[in-house]
Amino acid sequence: MKLVALQRAVARAVMQPLTPSERMRRTAPGGGRMSAYAARYIKPNDRLTSFERLEIYNRQYWLRVLDSMAEDFPGLRAILGQRRFEDMCRAYLTECPSRSFTLRNLGARLEVWLQCNPKWIRGKQTLALDMVRLEWADIRAFDGGAEPALCLEDLSGISVSGARLQLQPYVQLLELHYPVDDLAIQLRENHERADFASNGLMENRKSVRVGPVAALEPKQIFVVVHRIDFSVYFRRIEREEFALLSALRSGKTIERAIELAFQRSSIPEFDRGGYVQHCFQTWATLGWFCRPEEINARRQSCEKRVRT
Amino acid sequence: MPENRFNGFTNYGIGIGLRAPHYEHILSRKPVVGWFEIISENFMIDGGRPLHILDQILDQYKVVQHGVSMYFGSAEKPGRDHLRRLKDLVKRTNTPWLSDHLCWGSVDGRYTHDLLPMPYTFEAARLTAQKVREVRDFLEIPIAVENVSSYAEFHVSEMTEWEFLNEVVELADCGILLDVNNIYVSSRNHNFDPFTYVNSVAAERVAQIHIAGHSKFKKYLLDTHDHPVLDPVWKLYERAIQRAGHTATLLEWDDSIPSFQEVHNEAMKANRFLVDTTLAVAV
Repeated sequence: MKLVALQRAVARAVMQPLTPSERMRRTAPGGGRMSAYAARYIKPNDRLTSFERLEIYNRQYWLRVLDSMAEDFPGLRAILGQRRFEDMCRAYLTECPSRSFTLRNLGARLEVWLQCNPKWIRGKQTLALDMVRLEWADIRAFDGGAEPALCLEDLSGISVSGARLQLQPYVQLLELHYPVDDLAIQLRENHERADFASNGLMENRKSVRVGPVAALEPKQIFVVVHRIDFSVYFRRIEREEFALLSALRSGKTIERAIELAFQRSSIPEFDRGGYVQHCFQTWATLGWFCRPEEINARRQSCEKRVRT
Repeated sequence: MPENRFNGFTNYGIGIGLRAPHYEHILSRKPVVGWFEIISENFMIDGGRPLHILDQILDQYKVVQHGVSMYFGSAEKPGRDHLRRLKDLVKRTNTPWLSDHLCWGSVDGRYTHDLLPMPYTFEAARLTAQKVREVRDFLEIPIAVENVSSYAEFHVSEMTEWEFLNEVVELADCGILLDVNNIYVSSRNHNFDPFTYVNSVAAERVAQIHIAGHSKFKKYLLDTHDHPVLDPVWKLYERAIQRAGHTATLLEWDDSIPSFQEVHNEAMKANRFLVDTTLAVAV
């Protein structure tokens, strides 16, 4: 038997969902008895049948991927409840198994999949999707790339007309319909407290109770998920700020981005200059902009002159 | 020989696995440790805290990379993104050698994230060795393959696990990361003599040794890395270093991780075997 054929057959069995009592299914992938399927490939020994030996890998697979999902999406788990969350994850991972060498990317397709399969979040669709977006943005902000940051003094040398500014790759911009950032922060605090008393694996399997979930009222918010000193933070921003940052991210000039930011804005024209100046100063202080190439080049040439 | 071409002619002694619960202790107390082994995948990212921590560790300690997802035994080729990220990390760490497992875990682009056992066939050995060579040529550093613990054996196997290991490393001309705990776990699960395994591997190719703890279940042993090293594993370790010399040795502790001091003390127990072996050789 060819190596690839054997690996396909075994992987199909290993990745097949477990029964509700977390045992390997009696029916093999594609039909037939799993005991016969396992016996075709795997030797029994004096203590375990072929079925039981294959089952060890089947159970380990699901334990590993479900733990990973629970770790990455604690907010979604709190919204859906433990059982519904795990059922949803099983369905998601059956249709969208990992296609990356790292478990970090396991949830990369979850938002799109949930949009196509809304029955898993019925009754809480908007809230659940908001939380998925926030939690995936959290992952991306945690280990996203960072370029040399533009500082306040660089900012004064940039002309508004024609110039573009790039946001740091780790900065994530979100428009949400529920204040899920508050909920995520509360969960994080609960988790940190619980970590003292128990090990990680057990903690992940515990159900999470968060009182405010049921009472959460819709409210449009704009959030930047970013990091300071390598810790991830959620920062609420105003609609105009969100529009301005989104326009800059999409490659618009600073001038055009400012125009777009104030479309349908209630901020009086008189105040807009000061508002924009304050925004850019805050964002530069937070290190959200990459330093443009020409400033990098200018700095390097100055440093060279100093050395010679 | 402890220093050989498969570990970059280094003599690293005893090390421990770098794990997140110990970061603060290591960076603030700066304990004396021979070297740290990192899980490559934890640092194959674009930025953020993990790389910041790693850079601080690299300033003060020797680091060796160990991977869990290259899947040398998978029939498909490694992904370009995976290899590119791994090479970036190799440049960052200057690891003198790189290890990953003699196993498979992905097929048709789908990943199980597990270390699945190989069918011990000549076809599998040839394909695996070819992949090891391709990865080594791309990364431009020595590669060592690690024997995994397993819970299943395939009907199609044409040789023993140690014969398969020797076949692969000969064809690939690569090193061995000999995990004596994995040998013990598999020997109990598959009813073979673990000393036959240790006595059969190509000792001159052993670049590194792993030690770890495991868990006993009613019908099988599970490789859990959540306990101190058990006596039968220390005995295998003793035999392995009698054959391979004072090879770089690393304690793995990945779950229910105790204090740094406890892990370090457990790793340092290896010293008593290293000293005893030196005396035995001297006599």
